[in-house]
Amino acid sequence: MTSQYTKSKDRLPRRTRNSWVWFHRFGSPSYFYRMASRWGPRTGWCAFILMIIGLYMGLFIAPPDYQMGDSYRIIYIHVPTAWMSLSVYVLMAISAAIGLIWRMKVAFCVSRSCAPIGAAFTFCALITGSLWGKPTWGTYWIWDARLTSELVLFFLFMGYMALDRAILDRKTASQATAVLSLVGLVNIPIIHYSVEWWNTLHQGSTVIRMDGPSIDTRMLVPLLITTVSMNLYFVSVLFYRVRCELLDLERRTQWVKEVIHD
Amino acid sequence: MLITIIQRDLKCVSQNLSGTIQPLGFFIIIVSLFPLSVTPESEILQRIAPGVIWISALLATLLALDTLFKEDFNDGTIDQMFIAIDSLYVVALARIISHWLISGLPLIIMCLIIAMMLHVPVHTIDALIVSLLLGTPTLSMVGSIGAALTVGLRYSGVLLTMITLPLYIPVLIFGTSCISSDLIGLNWHGQAYLLGAILVLSITLAPFATAAALRINLN
Repeated sequence: MTSQYTKSKDRLPRRTRNSWVWFHRFGSPSYFYRMASRWGPRTGWCAFILMIIGLYMGLFIAPPDYQMGDSYRIIYIHVPTAWMSLSVYVLMAISAAIGLIWRMKVAFCVSRSCAPIGAAFTFCALITGSLWGKPTWGTYWIWDARLTSELVLFFLFMGYMALDRAILDRKTASQATAVLSLVGLVNIPIIHYSVEWWNTLHQGSTVIRMDGPSIDTRMLVPLLITTVSMNLYFVSVLFYRVRCELLDLERRTQWVKEVIHD
Repeated sequence: MLITIIQRDLKCVSQNLSGTIQPLGFFIIIVSLFPLSVTPESEILQRIAPGVIWISALLATLLALDTLFKEDFNDGTIDQMFIAIDSLYVVALARIISHWLISGLPLIIMCLIIAMMLHVPVHTIDALIVSLLLGTPTLSMVGSIGAALTVGLRYSGVLLTMITLPLYIPVLIFGTSCISSDLIGLNWHGQAYLLGAILVLSITLAPFATAAALRINLN
């Protein structure tokens, strides 16, 4: 793959070379594998360092909330995981669409690797949310719109993984789950708004939200840092999973043999 | 061609009626379990009636979904249809329509009796019928995607339930709130419009997704 590109590089028009070759290279499993092995550990270390900084700032430097005291500090885990859960689903569906449209094996691997990570993020968001709910709302669970739509998102991840495990043929499984994730992507906004609407109809004003005044900068900065850290952590874990998937998928090819022997 | 396939499906069903009657019987049994388990008091039954009717309808639809494509997929009928008309979209759409005619329509008629049993007042019947008329085709549409995705599997019942039920949530929410807001005297047209909007969206997109899922499994 690489040698072909280097040979024909001079003949390619400048525009094509600059804009699209980088994208095509991601379609090559061996290129993606090497890229992932290089960047997986790096992003992992960055995530680790940023998480320590963010948590230190959030737990020790940021002031306590005027209503919730110190219990709000779980926000530095809860909000990033909740944000991640949704964006991981979107990434999963987009890479599934890329796989369906351009028949890229790597895109299916990315999509497939996203599912367990996304489910874990959703689970963390639900658990931290209910732990936070106990001191704030006085109960571990209420049928708040956001909690409920997060729970539905968890079900969607579970359905994706169940379908993936059930179909034995690898190619059929990746295409079938791709269709399912796209159907889910169309459904997520509808589910979100219907749940919000359902909630406002039934209990509306009783829901305690921490809207209040806009968030203090000293609270916001650690939150942003932990969010960036969570994104980097996701990239790192994703790369590790994709590498395993690629080795398994391409186990009969030459480049995998070379990688194993090194 | 669409009409030919629908006619063929209906003819198949008329020769083997148990496939139609079983989901209906299932529907009635599920509904009658609620008074036994919750309470026979008419006021409480009336309040939970929208949820009871919709959840039972959802489960009855799912029961009929499992066999939507499976038999024809296994004996090669779907392959033959695909070869004959070269469009899985038409096959999918025809099958969805006949599924609704076989499972959705009798269910709506049965609901009139069920509503009486749950002490739903007569003036709420129109909200009930409209919500079911707009909602159950969406259930068939969305469910057909799940049925097509799991068509190659031997035991797909629980899996089909797992991947389909989360997608049913919007229909469930708007369908029940359509009925319950009429029960407490509020205007229910807004919810009916939303159900209609979801129906239009699913008519537009779901047959394509079903056809794509069938094509994946045919390869």
